[in-house]
Amino acid sequence: MESRGRVIKLGDNIDTDLIIAARYLSTADPKELAVHFMEDLDPEISNRVKEGDIVVAGRNFGCGSSREHAPIAIKGAGISCVIAESFARIFYRNSFNIGLPIIESPEASRDISDGDDISVNYETGEIINMTTGRVYSGEAYPPFIRKIIESGGLVGYVKAGGAE
Amino acid sequence: MGMTMTQKIMAAHAGRDSVAAGDFIEADLDMVLGNDITAPPAIAEFERMGSREVFHKDRIALVPDHFAPNKDIRAAQQCRIMREFAHSQGITNYFEIGEMGIEHALLPEKGIVVAGDAVIGADSHTCTYGALGAFSTGVGSTDMAAGMSTGKAWFKVPSAISIVLKGKPQKWVTGKDIILHIIGMIGVDGARYRSMEYSGEGVRHLTMDDRFTISNMAIEAGAKNGIFPVDGITESYMEGRAKREWKTYSPDDDAEYDQVIELDLSKVRPTVSFPHSPDNTHSIDDVPRINIDQVVIGSCTNGRLDDMRMAARILKGRRVAKGVRTIIFPATQDIYLQSVREGLIEIFIEAGAIVSTPTCGPCLGGHMGILAEGERAVSTTNRNFIGRMGHHTSEVYLASPAVAAASAVAGYIENPENLEVI
Ligand code: SF4
Repeated sequence: MESRGRVIKLGDNIDTDLIIAARYLSTADPKELAVHFMEDLDPEISNRVKEGDIVVAGRNFGCGSSREHAPIAIKGAGISCVIAESFARIFYRNSFNIGLPIIESPEASRDISDGDDISVNYETGEIINMTTGRVYSGEAYPPFIRKIIESGGLVGYVKAGGAE
Repeated sequence: MGMTMTQKIMAAHAGRDSVAAGDFIEADLDMVLGNDITAPPAIAEFERMGSREVFHKDRIALVPDHFAPNKDIRAAQQCRIMREFAHSQGITNYFEIGEMGIEHALLPEKGIVVAGDAVIGADSHTCTYGALGAFSTGVGSTDMAAGMSTGKAWFKVPSAISIVLKGKPQKWVTGKDIILHIIGMIGVDGARYRSMEYSGEGVRHLTMDDRFTISNMAIEAGAKNGIFPVDGITESYMEGRAKREWKTYSPDDDAEYDQVIELDLSKVRPTVSFPHSPDNTHSIDDVPRINIDQVVIGSCTNGRLDDMRMAARILKGRRVAKGVRTIIFPATQDIYLQSVREGLIEIFIEAGAIVSTPTCGPCLGGHMGILAEGERAVSTTNRNFIGRMGHHTSEVYLASPAVAAASAVAGYIENPENLEVI
């Protein structure tokens, strides 16, 4: 499995209120949430985002509330993957629970620029910057998490009796 | 190797003799919580999982508090999804307005969570119950769905930061100042993926309400949980409330910590977090004159009885400054009623504040006090992110109820020490 796309670069401590403001939380519909994706940071951003784009951010991405609406809005906006130096823990859980691929890579987070064309290989954790030719390594998922992903997320895991 | 307090609770709930940091475990849950924002998607996922019945009708708590009393038609629809699910599943801990409160004040007050529990909630401030000596942490809606279905959740066992408290806090220094001070020291990701474990002789100077405030904001340091030892203060709080027997866990003497922080509480000053991050803290002594438009006193962080009393001590016989909209919201019906009985509400209204029914309302910019472009608020809530309380150019300064009340009177951020208590 692989993603390839254009980079949208963001900073440190991007919180869930910025990703999707609380005033829009009376729905969990991905398309509706996507319209307001990152609105308080940049009201134009949802027009800029193209299907398949990859977010590259700094430290502690997704800090703040437990709203699953945050990864849902990111996915709904067409973002194919989020790379960050580090993720806040609830966001980390939620992302693969709902099937948004995320990868931790401090090197990639530091080196990649806005607008670069990059590809991510989820099996190896390898990230390639097509624009500069540089290659970075990202952290592969631990086996337990891979088991959940292989079951199709937490819903599939429970359905398959995973918690028995 | 010894275990931390959190690790001991986790091991017991995973049916294991021991666990170590980094282990993945599946733990039995004592309580699963959701609210009107997070439960509706969880209910949809629950159905997608093919689940018909919740694992235990007494072990799920559903609280409409965020956009309740229903702020608009869409919020009303969300609340209805949760209400109908609660009724059809026979869930006992469903709280309609009139009996509800903000979930993290309500659950301990009703004795629904107790020491030694393992609890997940689809709300990041579920970490509040660490004050009782429970392991509790926030998760998303899909985790909540799995928890409702199976009574279990998976966890990565966290390592810990030990925070050793000594000394006695100064007169106007509260749990809020202490936790803001700590977050200022370690940063908003300073405890990421880890437990914050409190100990030391300073703990006995902290009331239950102080401890709830401190555990509440563990998430603002990125922590998985923030936990206190169980002592006489905890036990007398739980007595007469606890719906189940509690269990006391203590860390092993040889427990390993990533980091040990010693904090002398007598040195902590009233502390304010400036926009737009909880770790942007300033001692009250270094705060310049900052004029404000609104003061908010309440929330799951500071809407408890201690907080109401402290605000009243300052507002008694005074008026809020002209032009400062002062909104006070006790966190539960019981706290509200007790505040009425003690005459606190009268003090607030005479001071020119308004008093709201329990709701999350202004804390997350939901309703009941949204900020306009460029407006500034001093708030006793827990987050001052961009746009948290309204327009994306508005600003939120986080502080204790004492600082908030003093600021309401002054019209700018004020040190409560500068006001003589009448
Ligand atoms: S009061 Fe604020 S922080 Fe607490 S649960 Fe409600 S919205 Fe969340």
